[in-house]
Amino acid sequence: MRVSIFQGKTIRLGLAAALVAVVSLSVLAQQGWDTLRKDGIHDPRGPGVKELQEPAEALSKLTKDNTGNQVRWVQALEKGEINPRASIRPDTKIQVYDSDVLLNLKGGMPIVRFPHRQHTLWLDCTNCHDHLFKAETGANKLSMLSILNGEQCGVCHGAVSFPLTECFRCHSVSRPGQAPKPTLPIAIPHGAVPPR
Amino acid sequence: MFGKTPWQRLLLAILAMAAVLVVDIDEARAEYGDIVINNYSDGAGMRPAIFPHWFHRVRFRCKVCHADLGFKFKAGGNEINMVKIIDGQYCGACHNGELAWSVENCNLCHSAKPGTPTQVHESTIQKLAPVALPKK
Repeated sequence: MRVSIFQGKTIRLGLAAALVAVVSLSVLAQQGWDTLRKDGIHDPRGPGVKELQEPAEALSKLTKDNTGNQVRWVQALEKGEINPRASIRPDTKIQVYDSDVLLNLKGGMPIVRFPHRQHTLWLDCTNCHDHLFKAETGANKLSMLSILNGEQCGVCHGAVSFPLTECFRCHSVSRPGQAPKPTLPIAIPHGAVPPR
Repeated sequence: MFGKTPWQRLLLAILAMAAVLVVDIDEARAEYGDIVINNYSDGAGMRPAIFPHWFHRVRFRCKVCHADLGFKFKAGGNEINMVKIIDGQYCGACHNGELAWSVENCNLCHSAKPGTPTQVHESTIQKLAPVALPKK
């Protein structure tokens, strides 16, 4: 009897170790940046890859994300990790607007809080108004189908700013009676299909 | 037979997960938001150009190029050509030898594998739907 308990423990320990290895592998798989040679689009035989900066060199110093470029760009800017120029011409008027807009008030998902401040740190008002969005709360008919098709918010999100698989970064305000926080993290492993 | 007890089934599941992960690790991955522009490059016998958003974003806010310089939010949608760049438009506003290196460094931009189509690499739509929905 003693022996079998011991064996069971050994097997369990082994399985636990295997589980830890798999989890750490999955974390590793999501972190780090491919070298330009191996990124799938640069020509490894071309002369450019020898001279261009490698992503890991620039991005590993910035606040980590688990998706997209694996950088929290707004946080990197706010913490002063980067200090990107807001203009290259002396007469450019730089505008930052601080106002939140709540969207998706009637849907089933949590309400969307759109923060103008973070967006105008990077973008100019004219980038969205009025050709993408009318500057009036409630005047824009938003839909996830359009967004997933690269329109509306999807012009940037899903292309260059954090991807559309991060549902709860936008749908961040729970409704009365809703769970205060979504129970599942929405970090989707590379190549996986998102949960429905 | 292996796989009869719960522990063996768990071990099998873990091995299966590991196998999926190994496949994922091997998959080539460009940096999210890299733009490949191949409007004219292939036809001109040049490698397609790659614009890395991550590199430029460390140095400039989006508004510099997308408001002041007039870049539309559309991969390949800006009708950029080398005459315009040398004339100081689009990329040429900075890549003029003053703010950034100038146009004689052809291979630094024209660095993609020949034949790579114009695209936003790693975009959500590219990852979730192998064939993109038709644009209006």
